[in-house]
Amino acid sequence: MTGRPTSSHITLRVNGAARQLDVDNRTTLLDALREHLGLAGAKKGCDHGQCGACTVLLDGRRANACLLFAVAVQHVAITTIEGLADNGTLHPMQHAFVEFDGFQCGYCTPGQICSSVAMLDEVAAGWPSAVTGDVAATEIVLDAAEIRERMSGNICRCGAYLNIVAAIQEVAP
Amino acid sequence: MSVPTTQRPTGTETATGRLGDITLLPDGIPKVTGDFAYSSDLWMDDMLWGVTLRSPHPRARVRSIDIGAALATAGVTAVLTHEDVPGSKYYGLEIADQPVLAVDEVRYTGEPVAIVAADHPETARRAAAKIVVDYEVLDPITDSRAAMSPDSPLVHATPTQDHYPGGGNILRHVRIRRGDPTLTADVVVTGEYDVGMQDQAFLGPESGLAVPAEDGGVDLFIATQWLHVDQRQVAESLGLPEDKVRLSLAGVGGAFGAREDVSMQIHACLLALRTNKPIKMVYSREESFYGHVHRHPATMRYEHGANRDGTLVYVKCEVVLDGGAYASSSPAVVSNAASFAVGPYNCDNVLIDGYILYTNNPPCGAMRGFGAVQVCFGHESQMDKLAAALGIDPVELRIHNAMAEGSLMPTGQVVEGAAPVAELLRRVKDAPLPAAAPTDSYDLRALPGGVSNTTHGEGVRRGVGYAVGFKNVGYSEGFDDFSTARVRLEVVGGELVATVHTAAAEVGQGLITVMAQIARTELGVEQVINQPADTSIGTAGSTSASRQTYCTGGAVQAACEAVRDGILAMASARGLSVEGAALRDGKIVAADGAAVASVADLLGEEIVEETREFHHRPTEPLTRDLGAPGDIGQGAAHLQFAFAAHRVVADVDVELGLVRLVEVTTAQDVGKALNPLSVVGQIQGGTTQGIGLALMEEIQVKDGKIRNPSFTDYLIPTILDTPPMQVQVLELGDPHAPYGLRGVGEPPTISSTPAVVSALRAATGRPLTRVPVRPEHITGT
Repeated sequence: MTGRPTSSHITLRVNGAARQLDVDNRTTLLDALREHLGLAGAKKGCDHGQCGACTVLLDGRRANACLLFAVAVQHVAITTIEGLADNGTLHPMQHAFVEFDGFQCGYCTPGQICSSVAMLDEVAAGWPSAVTGDVAATEIVLDAAEIRERMSGNICRCGAYLNIVAAIQEVAP
Repeated sequence: MSVPTTQRPTGTETATGRLGDITLLPDGIPKVTGDFAYSSDLWMDDMLWGVTLRSPHPRARVRSIDIGAALATAGVTAVLTHEDVPGSKYYGLEIADQPVLAVDEVRYTGEPVAIVAADHPETARRAAAKIVVDYEVLDPITDSRAAMSPDSPLVHATPTQDHYPGGGNILRHVRIRRGDPTLTADVVVTGEYDVGMQDQAFLGPESGLAVPAEDGGVDLFIATQWLHVDQRQVAESLGLPEDKVRLSLAGVGGAFGAREDVSMQIHACLLALRTNKPIKMVYSREESFYGHVHRHPATMRYEHGANRDGTLVYVKCEVVLDGGAYASSSPAVVSNAASFAVGPYNCDNVLIDGYILYTNNPPCGAMRGFGAVQVCFGHESQMDKLAAALGIDPVELRIHNAMAEGSLMPTGQVVEGAAPVAELLRRVKDAPLPAAAPTDSYDLRALPGGVSNTTHGEGVRRGVGYAVGFKNVGYSEGFDDFSTARVRLEVVGGELVATVHTAAAEVGQGLITVMAQIARTELGVEQVINQPADTSIGTAGSTSASRQTYCTGGAVQAACEAVRDGILAMASARGLSVEGAALRDGKIVAADGAAVASVADLLGEEIVEETREFHHRPTEPLTRDLGAPGDIGQGAAHLQFAFAAHRVVADVDVELGLVRLVEVTTAQDVGKALNPLSVVGQIQGGTTQGIGLALMEEIQVKDGKIRNPSFTDYLIPTILDTPPMQVQVLELGDPHAPYGLRGVGEPPTISSTPAVVSALRAATGRPLTRVPVRPEHITGT
């Protein structure tokens, strides 16, 4: 404990804007978003990477914001649920969740939506999952089993899962 | 009053849709954009953070509490103990037996002992760790059946509070006797069944923001199920009149019963008034497992006697529920357990004893379907066992004994309105079955356990199981259960706008959508604004017991009718003929369908506003045993009954103990589906929580301590665990209820659990007498 700084002045690139903040080095990305930047859309359901409610996108890839230190993600573009809509026009996934009743209380919804948006990109990039029949295939058929496997990191206690599958199927190409 | 800066009005957005239309949620857009402000999202720049120090022991005397080191910590503003509670030091939903902060004894692990306010939550936590509590640790009372013994030590040694006259650790004993339970029968089956402790596990943890007010009172922004019952308890403990304790509903991240009791409400207000600063409190996930009541674990003993043709001759049941350290809603839970112990079946001779016990286990209280969930596992397991003993198809046995309109409950209450038990069972039985699993090949991905299954599927068996259940809607046993609604009609910017105000808690079930649908339908307007729920209006009662659409829906309907009458009176005063007229599409429409006048033109600058209460039909307390012979535990204690049936198809690997649900089929009578979208959502979600209780969800309590307070160790169903569902909605209409509706939220949670276990029994041939079923129960190892 020899005089090393315990806090840092950092810059986070969030939803297209560079945001400067001073944080304790131990601050998670989730707390930095919620308590320093006023972006409360990502939710804290467990703070241990178990529920997925804090899912955000780092360079388009989904990640649990509660498991990352804010000081360690200065090099990536962070997208939160607040940054998905385009100038007030809902992202198609946001629209589909409303249209297909993909939530009840809505607490898991920002995480579900961020997760599903990135999941579709993973499929488009040809990443197989544990239930992909042919892992060498260049094109993955995104059926309900694939969606369920790939979305199993996001818990919905209200049990809106069947409608979440339907919403994602609507948006999937 | 000061308002938190990030507090946005929730649910004020408008949508379209009249009664019976599939109607999207008006709070849907802010929920998908991240703008919806949950209680944990509230923020004020000058706020402090509150944390709670909890007991590490299930039972101990508190000799002393030293807060000196905690208070001296830089950044700490206040450290409070029971000595700082100015009003009632005890609170409770029905019985004020729970200390706001431990007084002289702690009775469960996790009981709040002291609270701290500091400028950062970590500072507050570290300060709390510096509080020195001198405990004299005592042996905990953790076995509910042992706690019944007159020799047992007492959880509440000096019951100064208003305990039920049970005696000892018995918080309440409900006895139901009807007919002649001394009869004998051709076939007798007995069984013992256990239900583990389930957690509501809402994703949005307990949280809120208390803001001190200039008048010496406090404004509390809180996620709760019942604003006014919180208000009463907070005011009593603060020693303030209720009008100085004002509550507003913040966004609620799920509830399922766990927000019926006070958690951090009183603590945050105490700290706010002491520090004169806004106080934010947010429980961590681990703390949340200690911070709310759970579903009562149960042990049940059943004896069913039947004739050879399957007709039930008698049913005897003893159900023992572990209430934990404090009463919460336990008296109502055990009443339900006793009332519904036989299930939705006709039986003239019943002997039921429901006990609920004080122990040093975590307090238990409300969770979706309370009381009925536990006994449904018992009576449905018995019906399967009886069917096997008689050699009768289990569905046919149920149909043979099925309750119908006019049947008598064990309490002697006549079942009024539709009671389609037989039809619900036939519907789930007649629904097409999923394709059989292939026998000549296997797809690893379709096996129980999926690609983690290490076999070729040799041990996989398919089972089909059925169950039916029912429960009361609304509060029972003579409680004056009502709701209040205020409806205003006016012209804003040239457009007719209705504003609906209630104190009813929207917790995700879709109530505000239904309220707007009612106003749109009754008043013929397009634009409806739901004013945020708060205590500036009279109580709406609790968002529980599947009652809110019934009671608050009824209040909104009544207020709308009063507004309509006001409009018609205005029209009449201006010489228009409005006999039998209604409001439709912004116009007064005569009985013959002709438009009489535009409502907007008629109103001009005027506002019509009416407030109405809706009280549901009175119910009766159950008769008590006064030592006289004859039937006891009798009375029309319940308002309305709601029924559902489930069929579950499961593939079970009997060697590995793994389960894969193939499909769930359910049928439920909802009377009238006001918003079919939300009805189906409730049925799917409730069914999923029942699946959780059947297969994975249990708070493991050992020696009075919770061993699995995290989502790594307390498992709830994921999207992978949730099978396809066929949902059949019946709308048979209840003539006594607003719009003929029947409460929706709880029935799907009740019968899904025993249906899953029934399917597992069919696949394994094992008795499976305990939920959740664990792999070793399936393999018998």
